[in-house]
Amino acid sequence: MTHELTTGSLPAPLRRPAPRWRRLASPPVFHGFAGRLVPGFAGLATVLALAGLWVGFAIAPTDHQQGEIYRIIFIHVPAAWMSMFIYLVAALHAGLGLVFGTRLSPLMSRALAPTGALFTVIALWTGAAWGKPTWGAWWVWDARLTSELILLFLYLAYLGLVSAFEDPRRGDGAGAILLLAGVVNVPIIYFSVRWWSTLHQGSTIRLDAAPAMTHTMLAGMLLMALACWAYTMAVALARVRCLITERAALEAQS
Amino acid sequence: MLIAVFMRELLLALRRPTDALAALLFFVLVCSLFPLAIGPDAALLRAIGPGVVWVSALLAVLISLQRLFEPELADGGLEQWLLSPQPLTALVAAKVAAHWCIACLPLVLAAPLLALQYGLGGETVGLLVAALLLGTPTLVLLGALGAALTLGVRGHVLLALVMLPMSVPPLVFGCAAVSAGQQGLPAGASLSLLGACLALAAFLCPWASAAALRLALE
Amino acid sequence: MPSPDAELRLSARGLRCRRGGRRVFAGLSFELRPGEVLELRGANGSGKTSLLRLLAGLAQPSGGALHWQGRPLLPGDAAYACDMAYLGHLNGVNADLTAAENLHFAQRLAGGAGACADPAAALQAWGLAALAAQPARRLSQGQRRRLALARVWMGRRRLWLLDEPCAALDSAGERLFDTRLAEHLQAGGAAIVATHHALTVPSAHLRRLDLDALAPC
Repeated sequence: MTHELTTGSLPAPLRRPAPRWRRLASPPVFHGFAGRLVPGFAGLATVLALAGLWVGFAIAPTDHQQGEIYRIIFIHVPAAWMSMFIYLVAALHAGLGLVFGTRLSPLMSRALAPTGALFTVIALWTGAAWGKPTWGAWWVWDARLTSELILLFLYLAYLGLVSAFEDPRRGDGAGAILLLAGVVNVPIIYFSVRWWSTLHQGSTIRLDAAPAMTHTMLAGMLLMALACWAYTMAVALARVRCLITERAALEAQS
Repeated sequence: MLIAVFMRELLLALRRPTDALAALLFFVLVCSLFPLAIGPDAALLRAIGPGVVWVSALLAVLISLQRLFEPELADGGLEQWLLSPQPLTALVAAKVAAHWCIACLPLVLAAPLLALQYGLGGETVGLLVAALLLGTPTLVLLGALGAALTLGVRGHVLLALVMLPMSVPPLVFGCAAVSAGQQGLPAGASLSLLGACLALAAFLCPWASAAALRLALE
Repeated sequence: MPSPDAELRLSARGLRCRRGGRRVFAGLSFELRPGEVLELRGANGSGKTSLLRLLAGLAQPSGGALHWQGRPLLPGDAAYACDMAYLGHLNGVNADLTAAENLHFAQRLAGGAGACADPAAALQAWGLAALAAQPARRLSQGQRRRLALARVWMGRRRLWLLDEPCAALDSAGERLFDTRLAEHLQAGGAAIVATHHALTVPSAHLRRLDLDALAPC
């Protein structure tokens, strides 16, 4: 794989060798690195998911208000958290790609977006499944659900935009701008339950106060959240390997 | 320089009035379709009125955006804008401001008449006009960003897909302002939020649109 | 604005270009001095347009170096942008404005009356004085091309980057182009022209760059 010099860069003998972690920014190096990590994360995700589901569905006590249906929280909340977190990470990569011009960053954003969209769909779907028995409606137009729906549309818009151009670099750049423009939506989702009095329950997990739920429930949710994170890492790394190979094949054509 | 861009856009709109009035026509048509379809239930119309007017305004803005950068791209003028020593952000801001005057100001002026169709009261109409005055510039700014990102792409679905998620906050706040007025509640909070959206969009969208235009012409 | 004493010199070393993810050319080098014109030759698709867009700053090279007046040329160099005029395949002429209005707006875009010649003089120099008040829609392709060339001439920039300037021009138009180009070179300007029209420039001032002859990518 030929390394392309940027305009005005130093010739090879005068460059100091890059530190190990910086070398990961090169797609071919990262391809190998990611390949070694994927099985580890996949295994970790399986173990954590099994543990979390066991805690959530077998060990955690029945909620005195909502009965058994509340257990859907162990899927709904981690999925919602991941949908926001993935968007922020994808937006961060977008920013890095635009500012530093690293070739790997837009590929990471492209790899993360489908998983983010999936988690958003899971969050909305489990939210509707939870809402029907609890509030009597499949859907209510309150601030948090609406902004989560907007997040799904943003993911779909991003995926549509990056695939719309023949020149993949234009797709990378346009998608990056879109991700950054939509990042203002994530704080709105997160803080919407605090800013507007809505039907959705308030945050049960806050950094500044003791959680308003039993320790077992908390443990179950955190285990599931970590499982979702490990799953995302495994899937995104596998996807980015495919994207690196595709992009290299495209650039090798003349 | 910016005045020159602004006046040029107005001159072009005068020379092609049908294009400029298309958005207004669409707005009036869509607003008039709802009462025809839903029926004459006065209470229902009064309840959905603000929402319908707002969504029609959003769709009318979407329709008009297709003429924002496409003509310049087609005749090669956009390249000259990029090569000009004037900052592209300022040129884009002036173009968007002119586009708002041409496409949205007629909407805001026509809104009171359409509000009559829905039986909205006098004070509510005032709130509607104020909300549209604050909200439509945000929609045009976001639309300009969407148009710049999707410049040259066939079909207009992608522009709608890109623009609509970001347009939801002004839409929600705008309708909330008018609904609050209808119920006799203070609308100041919603109008302030609209103003905040406008400030953020006015600050960021021209710059992001300029970056997207440079990307489109690479 | 660049100082008029600074010698106009453009040099390229090992330029590489990619478009749409595909490599267009590599290893392109040239030197351009005042009074010289660089003629770009090559088959369709060999990269003449890509090279001109790269030099105009609309695209970035994927490798190599560009030097302007002895110093490296970075993206967004304002002094270079003020000293360069670009004419692409499209004319940059708005069909709804008159010829005179088009030039007036181009003058404002380029930095106002102080930086440019008078639009009326530009129309006169390119044989369009009689059409000044005509909407550009009513002009023929050749007349619109002349209007675009008038815009380039009006800007009084020292470096002209022209992509097929004689496309659609009749023989009178081509003679006008040759005259104006010769005047531009005599005044110390330089030009890079991609064209199939034979340039009537003394061979001492004419350099050729054949993009077909570059190493295959």
